[in-house]
Amino acid sequence: MTIPSGPALAAIDDLLPPYARELGMIAERIEDGLPVLAYDFSNRVQGRPGYLHGGALSGLLEMAAIAALRSDLARRGVVARLKPVNIAVEFMRGGTSQRTYALGRITRAGRRMANVVAEAWQDDRTKPIATALMNILLVPERD
Amino acid sequence: MTTAPPHPFDLARMLAGQKFDPSALASMLTNLGHSGWLGMQYHAHGDDWVELALPWREELVGIVGDGTLASGPIISLMDNATSMGVWTRRGSFAPQVTLDLRVDYMRAAVPRKTLIGRGECYKLTRSIAFVRGIAYQDDPEDPVAHVAGTFITMVGQ
Repeated sequence: MTIPSGPALAAIDDLLPPYARELGMIAERIEDGLPVLAYDFSNRVQGRPGYLHGGALSGLLEMAAIAALRSDLARRGVVARLKPVNIAVEFMRGGTSQRTYALGRITRAGRRMANVVAEAWQDDRTKPIATALMNILLVPERD
Repeated sequence: MTTAPPHPFDLARMLAGQKFDPSALASMLTNLGHSGWLGMQYHAHGDDWVELALPWREELVGIVGDGTLASGPIISLMDNATSMGVWTRRGSFAPQVTLDLRVDYMRAAVPRKTLIGRGECYKLTRSIAFVRGIAYQDDPEDPVAHVAGTFITMVGQ
């Protein structure tokens, strides 16, 4: 897979909402055509001292899932509004005070529903700190 | 003033032997770190539940050009409200971490309106706390989201 140039990452950054930007989320790189989102540790994402807040981590997972789905839909030329139906987050390890990454993968994207899984990790990719499963409704966009 | 939330084990020592009072402790537990940035505040509580309020603001919006809250803040609100619901049911503070949390979104939150998160602990064992809750705006009968989750009590260090 070729690593796309800066503009591809900038286009993903442009789609990140205020909530994501305020927490410091960025599109870090593209992996297998899907964006890896990341943020650095800061007081804004801190729960107990030195650790990520579970909600801030869930927020990163959700944004990664949505960004992955958007990339997938864009590649297939599908225009749809995304409505999250639910999210289930599992926490495996405490997230410590360092950069955190998350990547979403599409399990299935049909005409009306998409099932996406997202995984978050820190310095060791083989040790996920949390995973999320999202079901997202695709609402056709009229233009 | 420190910007980091208190360490749970320090808090446990500080609160040892005290009845957990969410109205008195909410500010210490929600004013700092991520919860402080979100702007959570104490709202109400009962024997096994706590309500926290999350006022709307632009930085928490989840869709560019829309005023709808992102769902990250809703998950954080429910994580904190259910977590405090556990200590309220237990009657004392004990360090714990979230094992899992599931959120079902019934509808989008109405922009510019405060969101209330009610977290209830419906079963507490030696290790695990089972929680559920709703996020709503004006009417608890018309919730924005339902949640279910579990916490595990941390063993002292």
